[in-house]
Amino acid sequence: MAKKSYDVQVVSKLCKACGLCVHLCPKNVFDRAKDGRAVPARPEDCIGCGTCELHCPDFCVETKEKEGE
Amino acid sequence: MKPEYEKYFRNNLPHIWCAGCGHGIVMSAWARAVNQLGLDKDQCVAISGIGCSSRITGYIDMHTMNTTHGRALTFATGVKMARPDLNVFVFSGDGDGTAIGGNHFIHACRRNIDMTVVLMNNNIYGMTGGQFSPMTPFGKKATTCPYGSIDRSFDMAELAKGAGATFVARSDIFHAKHLTDMIVAGFNHKGFSIIEAVSSCPISYGRRNGTPDPRDMMDNIKEMCVMKAAYDKLSDEEKANKIPIGILQQIDDAPEYTSEYEKLVERVQGGAK
Repeated sequence: MAKKSYDVQVVSKLCKACGLCVHLCPKNVFDRAKDGRAVPARPEDCIGCGTCELHCPDFCVETKEKEGE
Repeated sequence: MKPEYEKYFRNNLPHIWCAGCGHGIVMSAWARAVNQLGLDKDQCVAISGIGCSSRITGYIDMHTMNTTHGRALTFATGVKMARPDLNVFVFSGDGDGTAIGGNHFIHACRRNIDMTVVLMNNNIYGMTGGQFSPMTPFGKKATTCPYGSIDRSFDMAELAKGAGATFVARSDIFHAKHLTDMIVAGFNHKGFSIIEAVSSCPISYGRRNGTPDPRDMMDNIKEMCVMKAAYDKLSDEEKANKIPIGILQQIDDAPEYTSEYEKLVERVQGGAK
């Protein structure tokens, strides 16, 4: 079975740079930009667990399974 | 935001809560619960009082009321009595619910009126500047107790149980999926359901108590909250710094207030209606 891949998006307009997604991600997908906001630096490592989405207080992180791959 | 539950919001984000505030996580867990239940938003009412937690009604797109401090439950009782067909959600905080609205809280528990209450416990009055609330743990600091609180704190779940609430549950922001499940279970219970959501306040509470970083607060909550079944197996010493999460009380055969009222009206009118 082919490995599933996910699209990770951060709406930086809504991000308040709390760092919870960076801290809780089990696969270390996110980096922090200079201003502390989350950047999905390694989306290819994402396993789609949804932890970032569940724990983002500002509704700015979203993961979606890529289709047709 | 996921399109599935975007329809429950007014599209006026970002919210006013501070960076890393747990209330945003509670709001998202609640939205997932409503989406899971497949509720029509025109058939739902969300009512809140005053405080950080109560800002939630400004963001969600339903019939909403942002009422006076501590009185969310009284307004909710009125709405439910007038329109028993509507689904009523109440959002309250630890100060709003157990101090200023403490009396309303115990009587709403006692009456067993069908509504779902989400009480967000961040251990402090965050919005008004960090005064200690009845749920601030013993010895913790706040602006009005800079040397540590000497008040013993409320255990909200025990208070609700003692007052006769028929559904009492607790969850927290780390176990966000579990929180959604608890809200769904509370909604499906016919009668008064109260769900305590253990939340965090890094700014007003954490900064004064050595955890100004929301990530540390999250780790502490993860450490502190254990499932009820696991909690029951712990020794008394181990229980000291832990709190149980899950459904803590459920009574299914208690009479519900609005249906009792309906029966009363029918009886007094003698079937003349």
